Amino acid sequence: MATQTPVPAAIDQTTETAPRRLVFEVLQDWISTTDHKKIGMLYIGYSLVFLVIAGFEAVLMRIQLAFPNNHAVSPQAFNRLFTMHGTTMVFFVGMPILFGFGNYLVPLMIGARDMAFPRLNAFSFWISAFGGLLLYFSYIGGDGMYGAGSAPDVGWWAYAPLTAHAFSPGHSTDYWTLAVFLSGIGSVGTALNIVTTIISMRCPGMTMNRLPLLAWLYLSMSLLTFVAVGPLSAAQIMLMLDRYLGSHFFDAQAGGSAVLWMHFFWIFGHPEVYVLVMPAFGFASEIIPVFSRKAIFGYTAMVAASIGICFVSLSVWAHHMFTVGLGPAGNAFFTLSTMAIGVPTGIKIFNWLATIWGGKVHFTTAMLFAVAFLFQFMLAGLTGIMLSVAPLDWQLGGSYFVVAHFHFVLVGAILFMIFAAFYYWYPKMTGRLLNEKIGKWHFWIFLIGFHLCFDLMHIPGMLGMPRRIYTYEADRGWFLLNFLVSTGAGIQTIGTLIFVYNMVWSYFKGEIAGPDPWDAWTLEWATASPPPAYNFATTPSVASRRPLWDLKHPEDTDGQYE
Amino acid sequence: MSQSEAVVIPQAPVEEWKLPSKGVVGMACLIIAEAAIFIIFVVAYLYYVGKSLSGPTPKDVLEIPILTSICLLSSSITVHYAVSSLHKGARSATSLWLALTVLLGGIFLVGTGMEWHKLIVDDHLTIRTNLFGTTFYSLVGLHATHVVVGLIMLTLALIFSLNGKMNSMHTEKLEVLSIYWHFVDAVWVIVFLVVYVFGR
Repeated sequence: MATQTPVPAAIDQTTETAPRRLVFEVLQDWISTTDHKKIGMLYIGYSLVFLVIAGFEAVLMRIQLAFPNNHAVSPQAFNRLFTMHGTTMVFFVGMPILFGFGNYLVPLMIGARDMAFPRLNAFSFWISAFGGLLLYFSYIGGDGMYGAGSAPDVGWWAYAPLTAHAFSPGHSTDYWTLAVFLSGIGSVGTALNIVTTIISMRCPGMTMNRLPLLAWLYLSMSLLTFVAVGPLSAAQIMLMLDRYLGSHFFDAQAGGSAVLWMHFFWIFGHPEVYVLVMPAFGFASEIIPVFSRKAIFGYTAMVAASIGICFVSLSVWAHHMFTVGLGPAGNAFFTLSTMAIGVPTGIKIFNWLATIWGGKVHFTTAMLFAVAFLFQFMLAGLTGIMLSVAPLDWQLGGSYFVVAHFHFVLVGAILFMIFAAFYYWYPKMTGRLLNEKIGKWHFWIFLIGFHLCFDLMHIPGMLGMPRRIYTYEADRGWFLLNFLVSTGAGIQTIGTLIFVYNMVWSYFKGEIAGPDPWDAWTLEWATASPPPAYNFATTPSVASRRPLWDLKHPEDTDGQYE
Repeated sequence: MSQSEAVVIPQAPVEEWKLPSKGVVGMACLIIAEAAIFIIFVVAYLYYVGKSLSGPTPKDVLEIPILTSICLLSSSITVHYAVSSLHKGARSATSLWLALTVLLGGIFLVGTGMEWHKLIVDDHLTIRTNLFGTTFYSLVGLHATHVVVGLIMLTLALIFSLNGKMNSMHTEKLEVLSIYWHFVDAVWVIVFLVVYVFGR
């Protein structure tokens, strides 16, 4: 039915040798831009900087823990390191890098020319960026008038009453709460933009039933952002009122409750995990079908599972608080709801496996990362099911087992899919392919480092090693495991450096990609690489979930099977 | 750009294509996020009801603000008429309804200010006094902040309307603003019930 009229993608046929612009002009162009692609790349570049900083903090912590009775850093500095590492990775690496990809990809994939609110988009980026700067300015400004404190050292979840003035003098905690609050404003702004773009800017024919799965997952993730980041912002406002105006929300001496902060924080904190992992699901749902040369298996089930995760993830937060003592009813409810979230997640895993099954699999670097993601995400899910059982959580809560579990999700699943996304979409963003040979080195070295680090990290946790511990005695029997874990961290650093080298090398010398290097099916590959400012010379209109398949195979279009 | 010549954009015949308005969807998203913030403050209020270690208590000092509540809630009706007048192109009626909305919202804000003045000066209840003060001023203050933001935007709309800069093309924009104003009013119903009815 789909009669395809070929339309050239670019109307701008001027030659590429534009005159060199002054540095100031380039700078002005990037700072004042409202183009979703440029803002997306700003997001990604900014979070890569913070990734390097927070990764460096992790390496410092692993050096400190590599040997018993070590004093590589001071105890005070160690507390700052784990606080800054956690806060940076969640708010200034994870969120912005995923919003960056969303900003870049969602309008291209749904055939739009920009986001719904371009100026709000720029505002959201700059307010988040300012939050990150504020967090790190605390190293200089944290002293305050009391001359106490430097960077925040209250842990990334900042439990009360540690955040009260009596226990956190100086301004360190103020920097933390303001930085997180600003990042929250930016996140809600961008999420609002993504939802509106997907609902109101789809190209003709792109019904919700034909929306690429990445867009569906960004839609779910954005809706979850509203209900997750809202409570966090509210809790930060309360903390600011406590610290600046002397109110008593979390002040136990005036009858306030420290447990209330825990509830508010985790009502944000657990959905946040799904906010971070859903874009990774989106990347997997685009990359796995293309490199298996098959359409995604169970599109409708995938969408239903995403929405299901959205709802169930709102009812699991207190599994972070089993050790507080919730009573039998609370324990039973949160154990069951936490196990229930394994069901929609399991559906997704099976659908990806069924997509690969019987396909003609191309093991490019992107696909390698995606396959590793499948294994590692499932393992992380299994330790998650273990921790959902309240009695086992009493044993393991607050130990290195938990640290290993959530790093398996955040690194093994999310970071691996982010790497896959870089290998897959870098050619679209820059016009050049990332080098596959260096990419394979990156993959294998990072994989070995990851497993050496985080597989073994479970064991000291089971042996009783608490998280956030500064050092340990030699006779505990934790030395060898910790040493190997630290070695793994070092190997991952080498892997990441190879990745950075690959990005720089390929930018100048990589193979020219052309518009569609992977023979893919979604709309972003229907325009030049990198796309012109207006994305599409004419607005596309589509008749199926895989518009480029229809274009390439007019005799066997997708629409007849949907 | 040599490679771009090979690129083609898919084109398939599509009969009719209509999507929801960007402004309305964006405002709905903002309302979801704001509602989440308000829910947390309401939960904190309810959690701390009766847990203050010292006085004054809500029963001692709070009076039900019936008049100002009626003013705020009726401003929802006037803003609705402002939108429908603009839709019909009746520009002076729009200005009139907008002015009435700003006036009613202003009365509410003055009422809140007088209430706070009485509480602070006569009853010595501040945000530092006890948990009631902490949760009361933060919840009512958060709502009042939203009223202030709404009033600023409504006043701007009124100025544009009086200048003749606003016509029926802007109906959708005014409608988006009116949705925000309805939300602020709906939140007041919750705050009113929680603070002045159940919380006493």
